[in-house]
Amino acid sequence: MNAIDPTLTGKNAVKLISGNHACALGAIAAGCRFFAGYPITPSSEIAERLARSLPEVDGVFVQMEDEIASIAAVIGASMGGVKAMTATSGPGFSLKQENIGYAAGAEIPCVIVNVMRGGPSTGMPTRPSQADIMQARWGSHGDYPIIVLTPASVSEIYSETIRAFDLAEQCRTPVVLLYDQVIAQLSETVALDGAGHASATRKWASGPRADYKPYDGGSDAIPAMAKPGDGYRTHTTGLTHGEDGFPTQNPEAVTRNLSRLFSKLERHRDLIDSSEALHCDDADVVIVAIGISARAATRAVEQCRAQGARVGLFRPITFWPFPEMQLRQATANARAVLVPEMNTGQLRLVVERVLAGMPVEGIHLFSGEAIAPSDIAARATALARGA
Amino acid sequence: MYIETAADFDVTDYLRKEMMPHFLCPGCGHGIALRALLWAIHDLGLDRDKLAVVSGIGCAGRLSAYIDANTFHVTHGRPLAYATGLALARPDLHVVVITGDGDCLAIGGNHLIHACRRNLKLTCLMLNNEVYGMTGGQVSPTTSETRLTTTTPLGNQEPHFDACALATAAGAGFVGREVTHHVPKLKELIKAGLEHPGFAFVEVLSDCTEIFGRKNDMGSSSDMMMRQKSEIRPSAYLDTVDTPFRSNALPTGVLTRNDRPEYGAAYRQAASARAGTSS
Ligand SMILES: Cc1ncc(C[n+]2csc(CCOP(=O)(O)OP(=O)(O)O)c2C)c(N)n1
Ligand code: SF4
Ligand SMILES: [Mg+2]
Repeated sequence: MNAIDPTLTGKNAVKLISGNHACALGAIAAGCRFFAGYPITPSSEIAERLARSLPEVDGVFVQMEDEIASIAAVIGASMGGVKAMTATSGPGFSLKQENIGYAAGAEIPCVIVNVMRGGPSTGMPTRPSQADIMQARWGSHGDYPIIVLTPASVSEIYSETIRAFDLAEQCRTPVVLLYDQVIAQLSETVALDGAGHASATRKWASGPRADYKPYDGGSDAIPAMAKPGDGYRTHTTGLTHGEDGFPTQNPEAVTRNLSRLFSKLERHRDLIDSSEALHCDDADVVIVAIGISARAATRAVEQCRAQGARVGLFRPITFWPFPEMQLRQATANARAVLVPEMNTGQLRLVVERVLAGMPVEGIHLFSGEAIAPSDIAARATALARGA
Repeated sequence: MYIETAADFDVTDYLRKEMMPHFLCPGCGHGIALRALLWAIHDLGLDRDKLAVVSGIGCAGRLSAYIDANTFHVTHGRPLAYATGLALARPDLHVVVITGDGDCLAIGGNHLIHACRRNLKLTCLMLNNEVYGMTGGQVSPTTSETRLTTTTPLGNQEPHFDACALATAAGAGFVGREVTHHVPKLKELIKAGLEHPGFAFVEVLSDCTEIFGRKNDMGSSSDMMMRQKSEIRPSAYLDTVDTPFRSNALPTGVLTRNDRPEYGAAYRQAASARAGTSS
């Protein structure tokens, strides 16, 4: 095979590729063997890449009739024991929400990529945005936990895609990979070192059928899953269920299962959490940003420091569950916090809650343009000087 | 005349006893359809460890929970889409879908036509009781003209779908229909569907006795079954028989059968052919 992607051959390589390409390569390296999707800008390159790569590794690609069918097929494949992913953007992400809730409640691992574009509605298909932060967390009805990762470079899209699969499998949860149109279509060099990646696998049921309880969390709150064909013949439902997997409305059983579900991610924060603090120790002003805004903020920090202003950057890489403790540590010596983001204030809302009492200011750009480093630097410098 | 005894078939061997008593209303046609499905599975000797049943939301959708197999009760309208992922990812499994008329033709209509077109090996059992039973008796895409439901207090004015004609037009490789009155025939039809190599669509004319029957003064459960039976005509009589509630009397049995390539096998073949040429 000559045209094959380098990660498929097991050889490491350094390549100049786009964020969406990196996502497709990361998925293959992580062991993804099923993709279902529906075309939408600016995510379609992921599907196009995987349509070529998956058959080369005995995987399956299918373009479904819409985004609802795509997430449903992905969950169906994962219920069969195969690592599965879908990718979309704004409108498609909205359509997937009901079934993302199903995956969260029935605890079916899967990865959902949302390349954020301007909204609401059809919005600006080819323009970047960061306005789906809250939808990624709260988009489906009811109360449920979910993991959301926010990479900020092409290389990080590659490694975070791999981590998304690992977390999905280990914690039996949907994981959303959330990045903006800029890094999706930006080309950067990436070390494709994931080929030798020892990918995490799901905890599978073992032992006699009579002793097996599909939703018994055991010692780590993560139940072992029965693979169809292994003889357990279990039931999976989106109705509230007990440890046996069958529907129940018994208040104690419902409370017990949902409490375990909510505690599941909290108990594995060491595995899930990821963030970066740059020059925060002595910072008077800490910038909090994700994705392309964090890239701009990194440059802004350099500019501020060059002018003697003590400015740092805190960047959540795992966005949900939000790295609250890490943010508090990073801002321990700060006098003010600046939140540049491409929306009207979604990240600022989180930061204000976590750092109650701290002066928090936002730079909110929702024109379909990325925020310029100089704009962030100017405001951060002024804040550092007490203006 | 069709002669078969069920002597070697004990339905309780195939049911999850811990789920009994079941939640269906007395006389509900869905229970008969479930029995016919399990009987077909028994006759074919299908390995239940390799049998996956995917169902949507509704009274019909609830049936998967009673079957001692790998069962998945998914979201409203989407069982065919879930089953598509499962069957593509696990070609070693035998995947059966149980869905209702609302689940399959209203909210899930898009998935149905594309499943028919794609022709992936799946057996789709649509239990048509002409109503949304689970939610209390609202009009469905198969409710006959002039029937009363909680959302058609003036009598239904919308024409109803002929699901089998729809499935055929969309390209399903196997399409059939049967009434619950003829259990052995229904069983044989389901068996033929299960054995079909591609997408098989089986419509079961079921009855919602408790809600639809009561609302329309249709009598007892057996009265309703007799009515279903009497509405069924050989196709030659289609245009000559005047039935008050179904303007077109519905033909039963196997209505469509063709040998279009099965999608999963075609995909895998194309993939291995490609791997062979590009090396
Ligand atoms: C997205 C969504 N919309 C609506 C419902 C409510 N709902 C549950 S079952 C059902 C209709 C079921 O009718 P049908 O498929 O004909 O099954 P039956 O109960 O008649 O067997 C509806 C509308 C739901 N569960 N989910
Ligand atoms: S409501 Fe109707 S369809 Fe549902 S179980 Fe009762 S009789 Fe059957
Ligand atoms: Mg119905």
